[in-house]
Amino acid sequence: MFLQQLINGLTIGCVYALIALGYTMVYGILELINFAHGEVYMLGAYLGVIGFGLWQALAWGGGPTVTIIFLILFAAVLAALWGISIERFAYRPLRKAGRLSPLISALGISIVLQNFVMLSKGAREEVFPDLLAGKGIDIAGAHISPVQMMIFLTSILMMAGLTILVKKTRIGTAMRATAQDRVMAQLCGIDVNQVIALTFAIGSGLAGVAGVLVASHYQMINFYIGYQAGLKAFTAAVLGGIGNIPGAMLGGLILGLIEAFGAGYISSEYKDVYAFVILIVFLVFRPGGILGERVVEKV
Amino acid sequence: MVLLIVGLISVPFIGWWKALLLGLFGAIYIWATETEHKKPRLISTLMLGRTTLLNRIRQYPSFHFSFLPYVVFALFVLIPFVFNRYQTEIITLAYIYVTLAIGLNYIVGLCGMLALGYIAFYAIGAYTYALLNTQFGVNLFVALPISMVTGGLAGVLVSLPALRLRGDYLAIVTLGFGEIVRIVLNNWDSLTAGPNGIMGIARPSLFGVKMGTPLGYYLLAGGLAALAMFVQNRLAKSRTGRAWEAIREDQLAAAHSGIPVFRMKLLAMALGAAWAGAAGAIFASRQTHISPESFTFLESVLVLCMVVLGGMGSVWGPAIGALGLIIIPELLRGVELYRMLAFGLLMVWMMQFRRGGLIPSMRLKTSSRVA
Repeated sequence: MFLQQLINGLTIGCVYALIALGYTMVYGILELINFAHGEVYMLGAYLGVIGFGLWQALAWGGGPTVTIIFLILFAAVLAALWGISIERFAYRPLRKAGRLSPLISALGISIVLQNFVMLSKGAREEVFPDLLAGKGIDIAGAHISPVQMMIFLTSILMMAGLTILVKKTRIGTAMRATAQDRVMAQLCGIDVNQVIALTFAIGSGLAGVAGVLVASHYQMINFYIGYQAGLKAFTAAVLGGIGNIPGAMLGGLILGLIEAFGAGYISSEYKDVYAFVILIVFLVFRPGGILGERVVEKV
Repeated sequence: MVLLIVGLISVPFIGWWKALLLGLFGAIYIWATETEHKKPRLISTLMLGRTTLLNRIRQYPSFHFSFLPYVVFALFVLIPFVFNRYQTEIITLAYIYVTLAIGLNYIVGLCGMLALGYIAFYAIGAYTYALLNTQFGVNLFVALPISMVTGGLAGVLVSLPALRLRGDYLAIVTLGFGEIVRIVLNNWDSLTAGPNGIMGIARPSLFGVKMGTPLGYYLLAGGLAALAMFVQNRLAKSRTGRAWEAIREDQLAAAHSGIPVFRMKLLAMALGAAWAGAAGAIFASRQTHISPESFTFLESVLVLCMVVLGGMGSVWGPAIGALGLIIIPELLRGVELYRMLAFGLLMVWMMQFRRGGLIPSMRLKTSSRVA
């Protein structure tokens, strides 16, 4: 029981972490809560289904592993493009407009995306193909399915890749510089618009991957999954310290564990409440999050 | 480039032809609104910028608006005698939303804080009356103030942790609170009867006169909405209202001018939530049956749309926004699937081209720094 809940919690936690990264990166640079981010995750799930249809139409063959890699890449690339477009249409014109306007704009985009998918793909649930139907591994009474293993593996690869990108490359340096001080970064010759677009692309790409992963885990998607996943991922980002990349990963894992154990040992009806209660508790006692610093209001 | 990207990302969802059209539209849109050269190329001339027709009329001293409320009031009293029963009921519902929009206007419009789970206070007000009535047989007019108090208290409790922090956190905390309320209402079977909801809520009577007719509700909801508008109109022009607007425009400067920022924000939250509670009580008695599914996130968004599209911070704006967003979809049956899509797009565009909404507040600056 304990081990099983641990595994379930880590699985869903990995997904939360992937989505939370997008929130935290965007917040780090623009100080904007990107409400539309959850919808990009939902788009990713749909892109997974669409990509599967495409893959079958192409009929290039290959085993389930090749298929799933194709789906992940397909969803990541298109979700990244969605992210760039959202930024260009909804956020860039408002960059000098203060706080409230981009938030409302983000909310608007989120409604638009939900309804766009509902109108184009129908309001019914879509079934995600069961690609990795294997036996899985049993450890001490707990069961790890192949899909769960894939989720672990993919998320760890993604997070490692992101860490290297941000810490070691020139692009990553430019991103960190922009997050620290946008004007100064511009003076140093960094194309800030490009960096912001790139940030949205990376964050949205990760959300798209998360969409495919979750869809292949639950095998059932609909147009409103983005709202709650987005809310929880944001909680994860706050939990770890918003704007802080390792914090988002940690926060996601912790949130996943809390939900799994809460559902297992306390009550599964209130599963969705735990995340918000934790969010409020953290905001009261440690608003900076686990790894964050104190937030100082910029003048 | 834009054409390519927008086309590419929408192909999987809507097919080649529509995607091409959408991409073309996106490219033209970006070209037309390019702000690199000081002003947007086309749209600014079309959108009249910030000077509005209304402001222009206001400049003529002889044309005062003081008589307008009375005319409007008289017209609205006549409505139930002119329209049929169904139409009257739709307008009654619209009045409940007017009260909600006016309430949210305290928080979003006047004080500049984004609250997203606003419908939770409405739910609390509705359940307060429903429980008081079904358990203890309390009359609506006795329960109405109690609903306002419970709603307002909930507003204070939610905002206490969030208000000390950066503004955007309030949006998330209220959003989370809205979800918590809905989930608790759904699962606390012994008190709220879970997803089935509470049935058999009594219609109101005043001194033995039954008020449960469509006309009675029309007057009741309309009266509440009118009262809400009147109170807000007075408050917004008072010292308190000016303090809220100062906080909205620049919190730091407001604090330095001696405005107790935290207390004023709390007051705005409490008042906004209290009006939602009152609207909830009326809603519960009108429906005689309430269940958690009436209080979803979508409703919160709808009320926010009313405030934003109508005009944040002005009293007439949210009211007209509420009437419009309830009545127009009724007139346009058949395309109502596209309703939310259109509202979302309008919200994005309003933020870019007409931040003040349909009827902008007279004192709204376009750069509200503090959310």
